[in-house]
Amino acid sequence: MTITRRKLIVGLGASTGGLLLSGCDRLGQAPRFQSLLDLGEKLTYRVQRGLSGRTALAAEFSAADMSPVFRSNGNTMPRSADYARHLAGNFSDWRLVIDGLVDNPLALSLAELRSLPTRTQITRHDCVEGWSAIGKWHGVALGLLLKKAQLRSQARYLVFHCADDFAGTNYYESIDLIDGFHAQTILAWGLNDRTLPVENGAPLRLRVERQLGYKHAKYVMRVEAVDSLRGFGLGKGGYWEDQVNYEWYAGI
Amino acid sequence: MILSEQQPSPAGGTLVRRHRLSTRLWHWINAVTVFVMLMSGLMIFNAHPRLYWGQYGANADPAWFSIGSDATRGFVAIGAVRIPTTGVLGRSKDPGGQMQRRAFPWWATIPSTYNLALARRWHLAFAWVLVLGGLGYALRSFFNGHVRQDLAPARGELSPTHIWHDISNHARLRFPSGVAALKYNILQKIAYLGVLFGLLPLVVLTGLTMSPGMNAAWPWLLKLFGGRPSARSIHFIAMALIAAFIVVHLLMVVLAGPWNEVRSMISGRYRLPKERA
Repeated sequence: MTITRRKLIVGLGASTGGLLLSGCDRLGQAPRFQSLLDLGEKLTYRVQRGLSGRTALAAEFSAADMSPVFRSNGNTMPRSADYARHLAGNFSDWRLVIDGLVDNPLALSLAELRSLPTRTQITRHDCVEGWSAIGKWHGVALGLLLKKAQLRSQARYLVFHCADDFAGTNYYESIDLIDGFHAQTILAWGLNDRTLPVENGAPLRLRVERQLGYKHAKYVMRVEAVDSLRGFGLGKGGYWEDQVNYEWYAGI
Repeated sequence: MILSEQQPSPAGGTLVRRHRLSTRLWHWINAVTVFVMLMSGLMIFNAHPRLYWGQYGANADPAWFSIGSDATRGFVAIGAVRIPTTGVLGRSKDPGGQMQRRAFPWWATIPSTYNLALARRWHLAFAWVLVLGGLGYALRSFFNGHVRQDLAPARGELSPTHIWHDISNHARLRFPSGVAALKYNILQKIAYLGVLFGLLPLVVLTGLTMSPGMNAAWPWLLKLFGGRPSARSIHFIAMALIAAFIVVHLLMVVLAGPWNEVRSMISGRYRLPKERA
């Protein structure tokens, strides 16, 4: 076999590239390097909290800006028998439970939730994958419910327990209290002037507008106030965080 | 670039000090960072290989650019035009020879197998290196005179005749020799300034515009770029221009004498090209 100069250069280039690339793959699998990369999330969390504080609002849009089709993603129909029964009964005997580190645990019906002051907001839903959809949400401020439940001072996070699952592992999510009490953080029971459709999380879904879509838990059954996320799932604060190491703080 | 002693101009063949330490450090940190950003960014793009203009954009909305595939072919669609790209974009073989339906192939992405979460970890950690390093370099270059002395076009350099002269010299691969080689020519100045103060800030700002947290913190970002999907499109275009700059940059290094050029960026020493006879 004759080795031409051209072949040699191409071969060297390709094998160097291959080595670098497999080096990157191996680095990305190394726990120590991963924790180095994870520093990026911690830095982003601190800096974004510093820049936007408690009150800065996500952009709100006009009706003219709304997506013609609001895409649904993830689970579109929970499989549990309980959920099927509630759905068949129009969620009439369903209750949202708010408990954990609260002095006044609550169990609220959908009718009660809808009778509380409603916030309507046209906001953009940003998927971690890169697409965005703008929809109009109707719901009750989470902060209002937390005040009713009398959150204890030890509470640091809110865990959202959901009715849907992936291969038997239930979906859950969590946020800090800054987002929990943010003006645009609502538990939505309506989308685009209608009752929240099943594929978008009926009867109730979280809207936490300054973070990416996977934080917006659908099919919320229970909100639990906790002082640590360690006891839930694999301890990273959410289903996707546990399963594939998505960032717990999804502000970017 | 700096001449250590401002004595009689050194002749071709002498070794002189060329690049400052700050420039060299930043260059190599950036060389690694930009490749990580490019390749992890392509993996992130793979998660949703469609680009839109405006405030919203998802599968049901029209994309101006997309990379897709059907049962046998891969393609890039720009507007109504479909360009076949089977084997590279849309459909390509992984190292094991298996056909994969993926926008960018394994050899162009970090990590090489589909993993949005890990690509985001790489991208969003190295973004800090890019931003902090870039800010440090920009400040240093303004205060140490690098921008004013070396990068800003001199009087007359922006005249069409001068630029045309430089283009024709480049086209004939006639590079400056002797001390003239120590100065950036106007095409270099335009390219470097365009990347340093045009494309790099643009890619960072459009990146931040994709962040829902930053949209709340800095609402002007959305107004500036006209929406998150628009910012994502501009981010992708700026990436492609930066990649094109790197290709041209590497080509020029090879043509101008790779050993001397790379040494000058490592140790700072540069041997002046001999004057043409």
